[in-house]
Amino acid sequence: MKIHEHQAKELLKRYGVPVLKSGVAFSAEEAGKVAWDLFESQNVPVVVLKAKIHAGGRGKGAMHNAESNEPIHFEGNQLRGVSIVKGDSIADKVYKMTQNIIGNKLITIQTGEAGSIVNRVLIEEGCRIAKEFYAGIVLDRQTGMNTIMVSTQGGMEIEKVAEETPELIIKEWINPKIGFQDYQARRLAFGLGLEGDAYKSFLGFIKKLVNAYEDLDCSLVEINPLVATEDNQIIALDAKITFDDNAIYRHKEYATLRDITEEAPLEVEASKYDLNYIKLDGNVGCMVNGAGLAMATMDMIKLSGGSPANFLDVGGGANVERIANAFRIMMSDPNVEAVLINIFGGIVRCDKVADGIIQALQTVKVDVPVIVRLDGTNAIEGKEMLLKSGLKFNVAINLKDAATLVTEVLGSIN
Amino acid sequence: MSVLVDKKTKLLVQGITGNEGAFHTAQMIEYGTNVVGGVTPGKGGTKFNGKGEAVFSKPVPVFDTVKDAVEATGANATVIFVPPPFAADAILEAIDAGIALIVCITEGIPVNDMIKVNAALKDSQSRLIGPNCPGVITPGEAKIGIMPGFIHKKGKVGLISRSGTLTYEAVKQLTDLKIGQSTCIGIGGDPIIGTQFIDAIKLFNEDPKTEAILMIGEIGGTAEETAAEYIKANVKKPVISFIAGRTAPPGRRMGHAGAIISGGKGTADEKIAVLKDAGIHIVESPAEIGVVVKSALEQAPKAAKKVATKSRAKKKVE
Repeated sequence: MKIHEHQAKELLKRYGVPVLKSGVAFSAEEAGKVAWDLFESQNVPVVVLKAKIHAGGRGKGAMHNAESNEPIHFEGNQLRGVSIVKGDSIADKVYKMTQNIIGNKLITIQTGEAGSIVNRVLIEEGCRIAKEFYAGIVLDRQTGMNTIMVSTQGGMEIEKVAEETPELIIKEWINPKIGFQDYQARRLAFGLGLEGDAYKSFLGFIKKLVNAYEDLDCSLVEINPLVATEDNQIIALDAKITFDDNAIYRHKEYATLRDITEEAPLEVEASKYDLNYIKLDGNVGCMVNGAGLAMATMDMIKLSGGSPANFLDVGGGANVERIANAFRIMMSDPNVEAVLINIFGGIVRCDKVADGIIQALQTVKVDVPVIVRLDGTNAIEGKEMLLKSGLKFNVAINLKDAATLVTEVLGSIN
Repeated sequence: MSVLVDKKTKLLVQGITGNEGAFHTAQMIEYGTNVVGGVTPGKGGTKFNGKGEAVFSKPVPVFDTVKDAVEATGANATVIFVPPPFAADAILEAIDAGIALIVCITEGIPVNDMIKVNAALKDSQSRLIGPNCPGVITPGEAKIGIMPGFIHKKGKVGLISRSGTLTYEAVKQLTDLKIGQSTCIGIGGDPIIGTQFIDAIKLFNEDPKTEAILMIGEIGGTAEETAAEYIKANVKKPVISFIAGRTAPPGRRMGHAGAIISGGKGTADEKIAVLKDAGIHIVESPAEIGVVVKSALEQAPKAAKKVATKSRAKKKVE
């Protein structure tokens, strides 16, 4: 689960990680008020106005009108996802800029051309940056330990740095038995070439960051950029946190941090029914039990000349209600031209699944060809029930036949 | 012979009185697995013979702790059906009791918990299979886990997989072609798992009854690549592999917590290229897993048999 930058900073602040003073706003009026209360009235000379969406690349991203799709200009310049506001009447400028941001869309390298609608902005104190760094913590699957990574290449995508100049990334692993140690913090600080007050400030920063990462059950924390200011303070200028989905039950407060407007509506709907659905942009909807088989089924659709419209794992207990909900969600995608149901009955009995499919189709309107593949426990009985139902199914027993049916069905449509 | 489990394996079930535990214990006993005891804290000293539709053919003694159970029964394996918040603790308890084989079925254990388990495992003699896995089965001998027993057939192909139903799919395709399995190991779909592909490959490579190895991988991580390196240098038996998730988009978790392409790493194409380079037979379509295994077995029957006889001879000398 991902959260917004300002939420991440709020959490990190609780652990003593140095962040700048900031406020979030959901309207231009609110933004103007925040800018006045926190900054202009306190004589802060520079603030940064950030459009908040979950996708990255916001600084270089460009604001576009939500309806006309025209680029938005402010005082003669393209309005970007991140703007520096300074001089007199900061609050007024923030108000006017935010009028052009909220409700419009931000197109960044990560959002693609569709962009993402901005619903909130963050107004943050400006600071004088001497140097930019990168700091991140993530699980290293190979060692089974959390890894801390820092780099002098602040502001750059870490994947790019890892590929082009891996020697510029310094890593330390956290041994779960003894925890993160001081000498490791020192090695990271020296690796970044820090000295004096900045060095000391970094030691405090990194220990607090590790503490927050572990305590909050994160699967990723990224500070990019991490900056050293002109007065040698280390500050987290940005913050990205992803929580370990498996550990969310330990943190009840995370429910309030989730922003469902950032998630695909169908995926939000699916999660209500405990269905694992990911929307893709193909034409063949698929419903499968088990994640591995679901991925394999998607691959098979591709090999059969189609393209998967979604990933959908209905899990073990495929009862009527579950199947009906799965159908409804899958069919809300207008691109779906055919449906493939692939169930391998292990513990689940195929005759029960067939019954579920037949009943579900009485409540959900499905006007595209449906291919059903049932194999495993009671597959023959399941197949007979489908064929006798009076509904139009293309039934297969093994995966090979199902693949052939996908090709045939798509051929008859196009 | 086979790997990890056979008729002699004495199995405990941690969480035996829960719904999942009871249901699958009934199935395991029915398959012929030697279930010697169960563990449910607070229910020690009782006998349990199932509940609801899951009725055991023989009652199973229940213990409060794994240690008690091991002392009383001499159990050398355990299977864990304990909910996620308590599963890591259950694994640690089994490690502490010195159980050789620990199979954890539970899905959804927090990563930070598994980091601790992983560290404890390294200092122990125990082997962990899973978590978030279907378990291990040696067809005709013992089933430790949740896989449907009837699709399996005793034979000579060793199977390792990160997935559940996709493994059943592969097994069924093999059995339909009359190709049996020596042992099938579901290693689990989580980012941190006890037994990796490479560990299972080593076991099969040394097992004289295994003549070919089928490895079913998926996107995410680099476990398949690590195994490929080992296979290239050490394995003479034919290895066949299918990698699921060619059509998966980057950055999305495809059901399994471990199945995620991050930072352009862990893609199916990348894995397939490395596997091909190691001389592994690649299955392009999931519908053709059985067919490719069959042709790989036909292509290299002599080599496989030679290795098998050789290691058997070595065993005799020892």
